[in-house]
Amino acid sequence: MTNQSSCDVVVVGAGMIGAACALYAVRAGLDVVVVDRGPVAGGTTGAGEGNLLVSDKEPGPELELALLSCRLWRGITEDRRPDDHRPPTRGNGLGPGLTPGLGRAVEYEPKGGLVVASTPGALTALTELAVGQRAAGVETVAVDANQLRELEPYLAPGLAGGVLYPQDAQVMPTLAAAHLLRASGARVETGRTVTGVLRGPDGAVRGVRTDRGDLLAPSVVNAAGTWGAEVAALAGVSLPVLPRRGFVVVTEPLPRRVRHKVYSADYVADVASDSATLQTSPVVEGTAAGPVLIGASRERVGFDRSFSLPVVRALAAGATRLFPFLEHVRAMRAYVGFRPYLPDHLPAIGPDPRAPGLFHACGHEGAGIGLATGTGHLIAQTLTGRTPDLDLTPFRPDRFAEEAAP
Amino acid sequence: MTERRQVLAVIGAGPAGLAAALAAAARGVRVVLVDSAAEPGGQFYRQPAPGLGARRPQALHHQWRTWERLRDGLATHLAAGRVSCLSDHHVWCVERDSGRFAVHALLGPEQREPASVRADGVVLATGGYEKVWPFPGWTLPGVITAGGAQAMLKGGLTLPGRTVVVAGTGPLLLPVATGLAAAGARVAALVESADPTTLVRRSAHPRNAVRGARALAAHPGKLAEAGGYAAQLLWHRIPVLRRRAVVEAHGRDRLESVTVAVLGPDGRPVPGTAQRLDCDTLAVGHGLLPHTDLADGLGCRLDGAGVHVDDEQRTDVPGVWAAGEATGIGGAALSLAEGHIAGRSAAARLNGTAPDPRSWAPAARSRTRLRAFFAELDRAYAAPVRWAENVPDATVVCRCEEVTAGAVREAVGSLGAGDLRTVKLLTRAGMGWCQGRMCEPGVAGVAGCDLTPGRRPLARPVPLGVLAAPPPPDAGTSPCPGTSP
Ligand SMILES: Cc1cc2nc3c(=O)[nH]c(=O)nc-3n(C[C@H](O)[C@H](O)[C@H](O)COP(=O)(O)OP(=O)(O)OC[C@H]3O[C@@H](n4cnc5c(N)ncnc54)[C@H](O)[C@@H]3O)c2cc1C
Ligand SMILES: Cc1cc2nc3c(=O)[nH]c(=O)nc-3n(C[C@H](O)[C@H](O)[C@H](O)COP(=O)(O)OP(=O)(O)OC[C@H]3O[C@@H](n4cnc5c(N)ncnc54)[C@H](O)[C@@H]3O)c2cc1C
Repeated sequence: MTNQSSCDVVVVGAGMIGAACALYAVRAGLDVVVVDRGPVAGGTTGAGEGNLLVSDKEPGPELELALLSCRLWRGITEDRRPDDHRPPTRGNGLGPGLTPGLGRAVEYEPKGGLVVASTPGALTALTELAVGQRAAGVETVAVDANQLRELEPYLAPGLAGGVLYPQDAQVMPTLAAAHLLRASGARVETGRTVTGVLRGPDGAVRGVRTDRGDLLAPSVVNAAGTWGAEVAALAGVSLPVLPRRGFVVVTEPLPRRVRHKVYSADYVADVASDSATLQTSPVVEGTAAGPVLIGASRERVGFDRSFSLPVVRALAAGATRLFPFLEHVRAMRAYVGFRPYLPDHLPAIGPDPRAPGLFHACGHEGAGIGLATGTGHLIAQTLTGRTPDLDLTPFRPDRFAEEAAP
Repeated sequence: MTERRQVLAVIGAGPAGLAAALAAAARGVRVVLVDSAAEPGGQFYRQPAPGLGARRPQALHHQWRTWERLRDGLATHLAAGRVSCLSDHHVWCVERDSGRFAVHALLGPEQREPASVRADGVVLATGGYEKVWPFPGWTLPGVITAGGAQAMLKGGLTLPGRTVVVAGTGPLLLPVATGLAAAGARVAALVESADPTTLVRRSAHPRNAVRGARALAAHPGKLAEAGGYAAQLLWHRIPVLRRRAVVEAHGRDRLESVTVAVLGPDGRPVPGTAQRLDCDTLAVGHGLLPHTDLADGLGCRLDGAGVHVDDEQRTDVPGVWAAGEATGIGGAALSLAEGHIAGRSAAARLNGTAPDPRSWAPAARSRTRLRAFFAELDRAYAAPVRWAENVPDATVVCRCEEVTAGAVREAVGSLGAGDLRTVKLLTRAGMGWCQGRMCEPGVAGVAGCDLTPGRRPLARPVPLGVLAAPPPPDAGTSPCPGTSP
């Protein structure tokens, strides 16, 4: 069966990023087809967690993207009255036709993050980070040792203090990808593998080849996550996306005892770390459905899916150090996922000058759920030739090619 | 290095595990037999708890002599210190650890205290678990699994109810129905959705004749067993309703009756054939699935639903063998044969010699015969076509999380789920206490996707405090606490 469809944009990948790209591109008036070789959210999106964090980012381009994304998440999840015609949130770029209030469907919880420091030294470093973040527009609230227990009554005693980040939120990633895609109205082709990127004699992208026929379109968005390098290669360009493995531990359902996303200040160092070895300082959080999520480890071991008990033990140890009551709570399951990362830990977002018509939206590492809305919005702006709200220079997809050149 | 006896951990003390333990212990290997039950025996030779003072437990068992042989063999090895037996040990993970293995368990029934065993090799003989497809009313109290009914009978010597309907599909329904009747229950009907008489008829078809007849003829014992059940069914006056299914269970607070209907060739109930049967218990089962969690956690390759093994019952992970229903469903005799081969292979390999397959030729022959026979049975007891379409939207398919068939269909239809994993993530079906063991076949059927074995690297829920602490010292060499062979 050949399927010579035509549309404005083909999005490769039906994960969180592809879903957000589809949503904002359709809102910008484009005709969009999303193609995935598996089901919706069958990649990393279905194998991670849904923290929408500003707290773990140092001032810089990623934090700006996180702040933009945070506003957009609020915009699409907010319940709004039908007669409320104010723009949902400044700068979210949404048309008035957007179905408002995806909040419940995606289990959006603007619960805030609480970063705790165990020693006075760590607290000083954390407070310095918070000062910089505040200057960049992040809301931060200093919390002393006594207030910590008020915010989180089950927290271990003896911690030095912490910082509360009210903008941190969470969604359930698989639900978020599925509901954003459904709300977008884009055509979704699951179970269809992209096997080539079609290019015209002038080098411009003309669409994609799939195992079920070609899809013709002047623009193709590479939202293939951890497999983004492969899709880039199909278009003849290099993009060094690699996997960074993570395990998550899920407990039995509990009444709500962990109120915020709680993690130790070491976590920020882990996230930013360039080391290949294992890091396991966990984020502990309750979920709408009851289980507590403990995650996630970071490790560069390729696509090795095999279960690692030492990693899971380390996560459990970190979580019980923060919340001693968890010792008696049972872990029900553990799962593994592969974050898509680029060497400088920033995603690739925007047009690829090496292949006109090809756009990249991948490599979001451990923050692709949080950064999805901003990414989708910026991609829609570049697809329609508008000036993006953020300077995309730090996210240029060809930045590594230049570095590699002599 | 000093000469140390090689240690083989055998997980599961059913027919496969017992046979493996005896074969290995007789050949110079130190065996630690680990099982979550209070007594060895497994599904088939499940023993009544000692306190119950059962006078004639053998009345409930076929092949009592085989069991006596296993039991006496185990007692001899236990007394000689060649085998130790850890009952009430729920294994949650087997870990590969610098060339050796650590078997991590929780002590039952609380499952809070840890115990660990170090070993040089592992035999996975974890058996299977029951598959049940959902239908309206299947969550009512009084509806139990066929295996559950039998376990109550064998393990507790109690009857699950007074008037029982046994329903579903598969050869296991026969011993369950006759066992319940022999113990004094009134079995109102044995409702079998397949028509196993086609086993014989199909064999007569030229295309199947050779294979089918060979498989059957090679198994006079099995045929006699089936014949024996026929006589018992008659003796207990158990009506056998073939090509029929329980389409609904009724009752306000608990089961009061079931509706049984004839299934047409399209798998749908034929209008006008519905019939109501009063009962207080419905024992239902649609076959078994292999337990593969521990194997999967070790990284062993799976083959369809079961653990992949070679002719020596080795998995593709060095030092790990698998035997019995963990590798595929095939009855107690097949489990015995596989366990025996696994035990002999493991003993030789751990002692650094290549095993001689000729030494287990008889077991290998019965393995071949029985696998062929069960493949034939499997075809005869195939699921009714399109059974899942009969499940109404309102029926709960995952009881832990109370997910309905309608929610599963919506996840597939309009949210883009395409496999069991995404259905689970979108609906929470299979995320509850049983981790999908109970509902996965039903959810996969309703979703119309393949039943891929779930990945459960934690085979049991584990307290985080146990995970966080260093593993306890080796429990493998201490004597068995709860065994009274
Ligand atoms: C353990 C863990 C915890 C995490 N926690 C968080 C968190 O708390 N917060 C957060 O923001 N992020 C978190 N992340 C990161 C986040 O999950 C990822 O950044 C995000 O899911 C990436 O989404 P994506 O759409 O780019 O990729 P994916 O979801 O992987 O989607 C890519 C899709 O492309 C498809 N595809 C690939 N190749 C082809 C092809 N040739 N043809 C067709 N389709 C193709 C794949 O099938 C896949 O569905 C975590 C990740 C892990 C592993
Ligand atoms: C209702 C019913 C009726 C049957 N009737 C017949 C019949 O009439 N004839 C026949 O031939 N067969 C019959 N069978 C099948 C027979 O019971 C099995 O073929 C046989 O028991 C399989 O042996 P096995 O050793 O592979 O597994 P099992 O006997 O199932 O033993 C597995 C053992 O492993 C243990 N185990 C599993 N996981 C763990 C873990 N994580 N930690 C610790 N221990 C664990 C279990 O407690 C169990 O004791 C019947 C089965 C059922 C359910």
